[in-house]
Amino acid sequence: MRTSKSSWPKPGNGGGSVSSDAIKPPLWLLAELTYACPLQCPYCSNPLELGRRRDELDTETWLRVLREAREMGATQLGFSGGEPLVRQDLETLVEQARRLGFYTNLITSSVGMDEARVERLRAAGLDHIQISFQASDEELNDLLAGTSAFEHKKAMARAVKRAGFPMVLNFVLHRGNIDRMDDILHLADTLDADYVELANTQYYGWALHNRARLLPTREQLNQAESTARAWRERVGERMKIYYVVPDYYEDRPKACMNGWGKVFLSIAPDGTALPCQAARQIEGLAFPNVRDAGVRHIWFESDAFQRFRGFDWMKEPCRSCPEKEKDFGGCRCQAFQLTGDAANADPVCAKSPHRPRIDRAIEQANSAAPAQPLVFRNPRTGRQLRRS
Amino acid sequence: MTADVPPHARPALSPGYRFQWEAAQDAYVLLYPEGMVTLNESAAEVLRRCDGERTVQGVIDDLQAAFPGAELDEDVKEFLAQARERGWIRVE
Repeated sequence: MRTSKSSWPKPGNGGGSVSSDAIKPPLWLLAELTYACPLQCPYCSNPLELGRRRDELDTETWLRVLREAREMGATQLGFSGGEPLVRQDLETLVEQARRLGFYTNLITSSVGMDEARVERLRAAGLDHIQISFQASDEELNDLLAGTSAFEHKKAMARAVKRAGFPMVLNFVLHRGNIDRMDDILHLADTLDADYVELANTQYYGWALHNRARLLPTREQLNQAESTARAWRERVGERMKIYYVVPDYYEDRPKACMNGWGKVFLSIAPDGTALPCQAARQIEGLAFPNVRDAGVRHIWFESDAFQRFRGFDWMKEPCRSCPEKEKDFGGCRCQAFQLTGDAANADPVCAKSPHRPRIDRAIEQANSAAPAQPLVFRNPRTGRQLRRS
Repeated sequence: MTADVPPHARPALSPGYRFQWEAAQDAYVLLYPEGMVTLNESAAEVLRRCDGERTVQGVIDDLQAAFPGAELDEDVKEFLAQARERGWIRVE
């Protein structure tokens, strides 16, 4: 027992008395086990360059990464991808992670799962499964996924709950499905979901390429927000609804990753360590690889993780901005992909001289639908896009 | 205003929630899907007693024995009400 009998502070949140200047260890480890995926969602945030399966880390290396990150103090572990179920060693990794004391999250489309595998994952000690849906009906869901999966997803959502997991559903919203949010929430309610995440598309990777066809209109968003509000009032605590707004329609940027290299560490399928899944595209940064270095060294010492820590790297308007400690200048990847310099303010910010680039995208979304068709995510279209 | 948890109810951690010691943070934490709360010592002392067996009154009596002289009755009730509202505990 670590308590002193003489003191009884009011119960609440606490801990973390370390000085705010010190670099703290990561709390979140995202293990992107593979970029392989049976789905072809056009809003995927994976890079256009999906890599080769033979370049993926082997089981032993992943086990070492888990051990090292946990020793540093990481508590949350996400298994993601691509589709993590593609990896046949998933159960082995889950088992080790649970034994180390991680809270283990599986972020999946559920394609590649059956009831027996849900049970195996449960037995391995998995804490939580999040299943993504593409839409609330079979036709649109399977069109967006590029494969027939809707009925299977519903069956697996039920199986997850039967196995004793909380049921957590995720819907990525965009122009093509956001008008059906009421149906989406009906579906979640019918399935008896505990949590529903309604996340507007973030424009990275494939989603950025398809942005003109994905970004919703302002009217669609207003409608969606009032639908979410009405449902929240109706269902209360029975089903928790998280609605993630699209940052393009805000005038301040998101506090991306709670700051670069601050709490979040992502490991790509080939072992590249990233402060954010989308960071790889930033030119001029050499990201370390867990094949060559330990996680502790990568986190505390590597140039790439140091590059945008703190505030010294900032230019104006961030440098003198009173809000810089709140949003850290927004997203480095978004700054790079829309302005060409990752040290610029996130152009979502109304103070950014590059904000007109966001406004033009919004204008386009609110005018007549553009002609360019959606490009579905697969290795073939990836090669074509990289060539063009 | 949060509703009080009745004194004879038996609070337990919600499914999917885990309570554990984190050496790196020098604190007990509550882990849940994609999230974590760092707890101060009293919050940890309350939550470790939410085992689905003890009643609210049982939790309070137990704490009172461990912390003689502390005026904790109201604090514990208020904390349990908030914990239920945030979904950390369930009351059957």
